[in-house]
Amino acid sequence: MTIQLAGGKAIKESKGDRLFLGIVYTILILVVLAVLYPLVYILSSSISSPAAVTSGKVWLWPVDISFEGFRVLFSRQEIMTGYLNSIMYTAAGTLISVTLTVMIAYPLSRRSLFGRNVFMMIITFTMIFSGGLIPTYMVVKDLHLIDTRWALLIPNAIWVWQVIIARSFFQSSIPGELLEASEIDGCSDIRFIRSVVLPLSKPIVAVLVLMYAVGQWNAYFDALIYLRSADLFPLQLVLRSIIIQNNSSGGTMDAMAMVQKQQLAELLKYALIVVATLPVLVIYPFVQRYFVQGMLVGSVKG
Amino acid sequence: MYLFKRPWYPLCSSKKENAVISLRIHADGIGGIIILNKQAAIPMKRESNARKVSYWQIAGKSMKRHWQLYLLVIPPLLFFLIFKYYPMLNAVLAFKDYNVIKGIWGSPWVGFKHFELFFENPLFWTLLKNTLLLSGYLILAGFPIPIILALMINELRGNRFKKFVQMVTFAPYFISTVVMVSIVMLFLSPRLGFANVVLNYFGLESVNFLGDPGMFRSIYVWSDIWQTAGYSAVIYLAALAGIDPTLYEAAKVDGASRFQKIWHVDLPGIVPTIVIILILNVGNVMAIGFEKVYLLQNPLNQVNSEIIATYVYRIGLLNANYSFATAVGLFNSVINLILLLTVNGLAKRLTNNSIW
Repeated sequence: MTIQLAGGKAIKESKGDRLFLGIVYTILILVVLAVLYPLVYILSSSISSPAAVTSGKVWLWPVDISFEGFRVLFSRQEIMTGYLNSIMYTAAGTLISVTLTVMIAYPLSRRSLFGRNVFMMIITFTMIFSGGLIPTYMVVKDLHLIDTRWALLIPNAIWVWQVIIARSFFQSSIPGELLEASEIDGCSDIRFIRSVVLPLSKPIVAVLVLMYAVGQWNAYFDALIYLRSADLFPLQLVLRSIIIQNNSSGGTMDAMAMVQKQQLAELLKYALIVVATLPVLVIYPFVQRYFVQGMLVGSVKG
Repeated sequence: MYLFKRPWYPLCSSKKENAVISLRIHADGIGGIIILNKQAAIPMKRESNARKVSYWQIAGKSMKRHWQLYLLVIPPLLFFLIFKYYPMLNAVLAFKDYNVIKGIWGSPWVGFKHFELFFENPLFWTLLKNTLLLSGYLILAGFPIPIILALMINELRGNRFKKFVQMVTFAPYFISTVVMVSIVMLFLSPRLGFANVVLNYFGLESVNFLGDPGMFRSIYVWSDIWQTAGYSAVIYLAALAGIDPTLYEAAKVDGASRFQKIWHVDLPGIVPTIVIILILNVGNVMAIGFEKVYLLQNPLNQVNSEIIATYVYRIGLLNANYSFATAVGLFNSVINLILLLTVNGLAKRLTNNSIW
């Protein structure tokens, strides 16, 4: 075994170490396959022919490529409504959430804010204790938000965790000298936020936007308890009723048409999963980049 | 704690040389990010006057000068008061008989009637058992796997492959609960599901996985691991990256094998993080997510899949039995809070690591 001390770079590995590393690589390759396989399978199924999907011919790659599932999907009114609703909820919800989060996180990062520790305690306590489902529902009901779009945008607008990370970013990344300088120049706090803090905070705003957007896009629980009218439903709720509750509108028809319809219904499920997940997985590489940035928040410019 | 997926907390603080490194971790749910926050431990300059003045004078001065900051804080604070604290007041519903006309505050007090009803209900033990078994299983199986995954990823030297593995294992985290359950159902479907196609291929009988109460917990737990192991591993990877490099050099000089290095340097280095995550997991056994259980539930597996959270939803919102459901929910929240405090206290005493 040769050891190079100074560089610490080259070190001859023993047989046991190489075997160990071989095992690690093998396991990780298997893990990657186990994670990827269901995703690829669903994508392949969604662009295969209905008959191939229902007869179990699809193993990995698409069989008899057809976009029948997507054609049916986009022709169904409730799915399109759900899609548009989800886009709307995601856009509006993210805007509201990010604005509110910055509004609380920045002042809480300022040492001159009197009682900021008390505020912080008030906020973090809500993470470990809550009134529960029914009492919260009653508040939303008393505010007449039930069955309105606001019910999905307001009651869960601020996530405490996001406040914590935004606050610690502001604390560590906005140099105190800038604040002092602008105070000497007679700059108001609002103006300081607008022209100094926000331009310097693009990474954290990106993190907040992405996290809230993904959360809002994926959410179904609030819609389940607060919404009644189908025309307000987000995509996730439509998905639930079609895939999980298996509600495909039936009717009397001959056997042949019945089989075709069943095949199509099966195909539709795969297409739906793809359509509902794609927006998130498409932005995922970017999310991951910002994740890393989020992780390093504060550590670079300590 | 039904409305939160799972709570998340600021995490461990450890003193290291001159810097305070605080690692904050989001236990589970949406939007978790880890922050390695190194702040120089220099005492901060106070913006207020150095003269000795009373708190209220400082407060008044600060408000006068920074009124805009206080104005900004008002809407978000109102949000917390209305949607987080007012429901806590509303929880008195548990001690009343709710009457729609009289409202929450006008309804008559009934003391612990609803709690007694719940404890006497034969369902009580089933619900408690299901909740604890499901989250206990989740911790036993789901807790060590991300640690092992992180230790393995940490061993990879090729940067490309390392990044690739991380990216792939992380991806399922972004799949919504509805889609996740849909995938599970499609794969386990009795007729055409992938799992049964494989079973048939080997000449075995088809199994109705979701209709079998005995399978429910395994389906829940292993699909959860599939979805979140990569995400949870990131937390440990961040902790591994923070281990003092001189320790590795020392291990090299001593001729430690890769496995010895993992056992004697990597693992001890991430013990604080492991303890914190364990506290969070154990502290949340009662708060196991409603969303996925509810979607995976069907009349056939309900014997094992009805947990306290789904019961509250069924009784409270579907049957409009508000008071009783509030009592059940409150019981759950309180037990959870007590558990969290206990585990945290234990960890503090035993390992000196705690979440606050």
